[in-house]
Amino acid sequence: MSTDEKSLNPVVDEELESTLESVDLAEEKAVSVARRMGFSEEDTFRLGYAVREAAVNAVVHGNRYSANKKVVLRIATALNAIEVRIRDYGDGFKDEGLADPLAEENLLNQCGRGLTLIRAFVDKLTVEPAEGGGTLAVLFKRLPPAAGEH
Amino acid sequence: MSAKMTIRQVGDVTMIDAAGRITLGEGSSTFRDTIKDLVGKGQKNIVVNLADISYIDSSGIGEMVSGFTTVTNAGGQLKLLKLTKRIQDLLQITKLYTVFEVFDDEAAALASFKK
Repeated sequence: MSTDEKSLNPVVDEELESTLESVDLAEEKAVSVARRMGFSEEDTFRLGYAVREAAVNAVVHGNRYSANKKVVLRIATALNAIEVRIRDYGDGFKDEGLADPLAEENLLNQCGRGLTLIRAFVDKLTVEPAEGGGTLAVLFKRLPPAAGEH
Repeated sequence: MSAKMTIRQVGDVTMIDAAGRITLGEGSSTFRDTIKDLVGKGQKNIVVNLADISYIDSSGIGEMVSGFTTVTNAGGQLKLLKLTKRIQDLLQITKLYTVFEVFDDEAAALASFKK
């Protein structure tokens, strides 16, 4: 674990409904924090995009829009990094069971590109079973050195 | 702004001027319904102009792929026009540049159907 990850301070901790409005909200909150931290417009867009995809996974594939299940959004920051944790209460998720969306035979599949895009847009993504059930996605993105220098 | 699809006919080619956001929900379904409607009417040569699309998520990308398949299965072609830098990046990451025929110039896109 790097110094960045040890020194994270929580800035957002919310329970959201399993709706598409919550997806918008998760993206907006991550974008807002990233802008305040000094991420470039492009890196802010990329982080927001990744958070949106992770939130869609939680709402749609995890909680399946259930009114009885919440999505937990936690954002923490260090001087030069942001971590976004998105947790659902669904039946769990197995990354290894997914078809590779970049394999030629899968390019025409309608679904399955979300994790690929998230991985492209953040420095680190982990997706694991959450304690007590459901799935926890942790997205981590560093502020490029030049932008963090004052 | 959700997605808005404006249809215009240029000879044998149907141009969809897409604008707004193609994301899970209304935006994706608007795009899907537009393609299905055109194919149902027998329109087989379709160009989607993405110049005014401000955002497309993985669901929207999936709908474009689905539209490509629908049109191809109907014996037609679906091509893309004027991709923004961000959409170009998304197609590179997902390797969909190898699937879609992409044009920067409308005249070139239209002419490509005459080959």
